[in-house]
Amino acid sequence: MPINELTNQPINYILHLADDALIMSQRLSEWTGHGPVLEQDIALTNIALDFLGQSRMWYQYAASMMGDGATEDSLAMLRLEHEFKNHLLVELPNAMPSGRDWAFTVCKVFFFSAYQHALMQQLQHNADEEVRGIAAKSLKEVTYHLRWSREWILRLGDGTAESHQRMQQALTACWPFTGELFEVTTYAHGWVDYAAIKTEWMNEVLHTTTTATLDVPTTAAFQTGGLHGRHTEHLGYLLAEMQYLQRAYPNSEW
Amino acid sequence: MKPSVTYESLTALLETVADPEIPVLTIAEMGMLRGVHWQEATGEWEVLITPTYSGCPATDMIRAQIRMTLLEHGISNVRITQVLSPAWTTDWMTETAKEKLRQYGIAPPVGKSMDAALLENTVVLCPRCGSSNTHLVSAFSSTACKAFYTCNECLEPFDHFKCH
Repeated sequence: MPINELTNQPINYILHLADDALIMSQRLSEWTGHGPVLEQDIALTNIALDFLGQSRMWYQYAASMMGDGATEDSLAMLRLEHEFKNHLLVELPNAMPSGRDWAFTVCKVFFFSAYQHALMQQLQHNADEEVRGIAAKSLKEVTYHLRWSREWILRLGDGTAESHQRMQQALTACWPFTGELFEVTTYAHGWVDYAAIKTEWMNEVLHTTTTATLDVPTTAAFQTGGLHGRHTEHLGYLLAEMQYLQRAYPNSEW
Repeated sequence: MKPSVTYESLTALLETVADPEIPVLTIAEMGMLRGVHWQEATGEWEVLITPTYSGCPATDMIRAQIRMTLLEHGISNVRITQVLSPAWTTDWMTETAKEKLRQYGIAPPVGKSMDAALLENTVVLCPRCGSSNTHLVSAFSSTACKAFYTCNECLEPFDHFKCH
């Protein structure tokens, strides 16, 4: 079955969910062995593993829908940059413009988890049994991700002068990429109520940031393109590293 | 086609397969074994399993162990199918399983299934001294399904199997 991004084929939406989880996982796993303390290194590694598991379930389902020899591996490791349908937010590096910054990473996880929490709550009631199962499973994990990242936003925002300033800086840098979370593409039509997701997300973000003495930017969250395969310059580098082995040694297995 | 073993003897074999992460528990006690069916058309036993956590690396290992256990008893016509819906919950763990977990040094999941209120105010008993005076060190621990606690009474650190 050929994939046309401009249609509302279910495969497009399933791949979009899979790509979000996979890229989130790959990016967070860059922290493995570099966390500020052991417990937080393990926390991020576990969160990355949850995302990897979620992406595998979506890719497996997508592959079974395609039925043309596609596998979870070919979908993850052999698609090109413009074929990925993830949000720009998840492909951003762990610090802007590069490197690792705790506040920025925590902020990304928080914005994305608040979105995913609202999304999975709706998808767990989807008409499709497989979608229901994956969403219900994901929701349990996302609840922990949201709780973990929320605690860090509070701790750093309402912490020392320096932690507050760095958390605020991260929030402002992430902000332009949050609007895309509620964009309804052709292939997303009819799956969930994005207006309701936005309301729930906004409530969570405003409540947490206010408690953390942080200011939500008033500027527009204007960055888009990821859902249509138009990505930031960061995704290509990420894929180059992630897909290297499969491309250099086709069909290799562990 | 007729199956070469009975449903009961096959189930009994499957119930011996241990969880690779928590070897004192079997996959049946964990609630991961969701069913066994004889498929007349293909002449295969279909074993239904469900993962605990989506990223659980033990899932592949469990599939291999099921296959090996049955092969040792000459049963090779087996298909293992992963069932995702309904999603696994800690509610499916048997009471025996929870007690075995505690004796193994892992605090079992507290209460029934996960709801937001429970997540915020869980009192986890120390699996060693039984004290309720414990504190959460990290929401994530040695595996994704556990949180890391320390007992304020006996000062021992321990894992808590998160309600899920």
